[in-house]
Amino acid sequence: MSSTTLTLATRANASRRGNKLGRRLLIISAWLVFVLFLLLPLLIVLSEALKQGLGTFFSAIFEADALAALQLTLLAVGISVPLNLVFGVAAAWCVSKYEFRGKSILVTLIDLPFSVSPVIAGLVYVLLFGAQGFIGPWLREHDIQIIFALPGIVLATIFVTVPFVTRELIPLMQQQGTQEEEAARLLGANGWQMFWHVTLPNIKWGLIYGVVLCTARAMGEFGAVSVVSGHIRGYTNTLPLHVEILYNEYNHVAAFSVASLLLLLALFILLLKQWSESRINRLKANAGEE
Amino acid sequence: MSRRTSPVIPGFGLTLGYTLVYLSLVVLIPLGAMFIHAAQLSWAEFWAIISAPRVLAALKLSFSAAFVAALINGIIGTLLAWTLVRYTFPGRKVIEAMIDLPFALPTAVAGIALTALYAPSGLVGQFATDLGFKIAYTPIGITLALTFVTLPFVVRTLQPVLADIPREVEEAAACLGAKPLQVFRYVLLPALLPAWLTGFSLAFARGVGEYGSVIFIAGNMPMKTEILPLLIMVKLDQYDYHGATAIGVLMLVVSFILLLLINLLQRQIAKP
Repeated sequence: MSSTTLTLATRANASRRGNKLGRRLLIISAWLVFVLFLLLPLLIVLSEALKQGLGTFFSAIFEADALAALQLTLLAVGISVPLNLVFGVAAAWCVSKYEFRGKSILVTLIDLPFSVSPVIAGLVYVLLFGAQGFIGPWLREHDIQIIFALPGIVLATIFVTVPFVTRELIPLMQQQGTQEEEAARLLGANGWQMFWHVTLPNIKWGLIYGVVLCTARAMGEFGAVSVVSGHIRGYTNTLPLHVEILYNEYNHVAAFSVASLLLLLALFILLLKQWSESRINRLKANAGEE
Repeated sequence: MSRRTSPVIPGFGLTLGYTLVYLSLVVLIPLGAMFIHAAQLSWAEFWAIISAPRVLAALKLSFSAAFVAALINGIIGTLLAWTLVRYTFPGRKVIEAMIDLPFALPTAVAGIALTALYAPSGLVGQFATDLGFKIAYTPIGITLALTFVTLPFVVRTLQPVLADIPREVEEAAACLGAKPLQVFRYVLLPALLPAWLTGFSLAFARGVGEYGSVIFIAGNMPMKTEILPLLIMVKLDQYDYHGATAIGVLMLVVSFILLLLINLLQRQIAKP
């Protein structure tokens, strides 16, 4: 071994050794951020909720208005997420499988709701469908209620969650290319057969991941829904809005009890997310080997 | 990675058509309605609304708090991404999974939890009180809430890029005599900066529009701790649709210009 190689090796080793202290500091600070910033808020929700014992906790959750809010939240999620799922697949399909003019503009437009304030998302529907809105008078004549009712809540939820599924699918579908679909077509599959038997199994985990993120946001959306809901207790109150009302009434224990219900849902969503993510990584690793 | 357009694959017309119709109905036409509504105002009226001191104060607060929060995330996020990608240590998987908590947690829940922690009598807030300052009900609290809800953006955009940089490149630089700071400046920074800016702008855009997590901790005092989205809410509650629309348009236009600038900067950097 020549002396130059030796010096080089020592230098590389020294740079690694010098990193040791920095490495320890970084790991400790990562732990600090985690505990102070992520764990502590989580624990405070649970501890505030259980402050007066399990009895108060459960009575806050099983109270009629809370249950009505839960039902409305699930209904809004149940309508908006499937609609965005179908849209997400269609949009990702045309963006990732074809080249056409204006594609980058289309992608920007799909992402647009991410940079629009949720409050504005609510506002635009009020301007469109509200009593003073563009088609408000016509709606009133025909006795159709959109704002301060379920359709408005669903529309606002859809607006803020439009990009989630597409965003997850586009990179995945671009990476997978079109060869498998072409093979299916050449072997005689029609469009739907190709989609169900080739594309869907390939994008399954990405799709689940996108849906999980979409559901999380839809379930917790506050600003947009707050504008269009009208806050009618037991009727147009979603769970996050119910938390706000309880909190503003200084009923803190009840507010944190309902909040901890949402928190548990969020943790469950994180688990689902982790699981689908690990499946995607496996898929990507396989695609990389080929 | 092969990508070509294939005439064999069906569904172009169907999917593009559906995408355009759905997007128009749900997003584009409603947003357009807001601009049409705003167009009913004369310039003088529009100017009178957006130049009101209360609106300007909220504008300044919203954009500066979002900017500072995005910047803090730029630092904390880089640190977290680096640690999670480069090191294996006890608890790494848990931290990795929990980074996304702010995205999964409803913002209202984040809002009341942070308020409970950082209020003057709260678990953390009492230390601030001892030191003679307040966190909740001040711009500091607002920035804190925004930092929390936008935490995952920078981490998640940097992680894949960091994982793609081979360690050998840094070692080669070190072998050639580069000091750790030089390695960072000349090897890592150029590779990371575009992704960092993407994460920053995502966090910034989200922070400007954020509502749910902020209103609990803000205290919502006009001129002092009132954010722009809340001001839209206030105008709507007063049935002042023109006011709400004007502020909405102002917010979108300013956000758009800032994001465009960041985008231009990013392109400038990407050029060799």
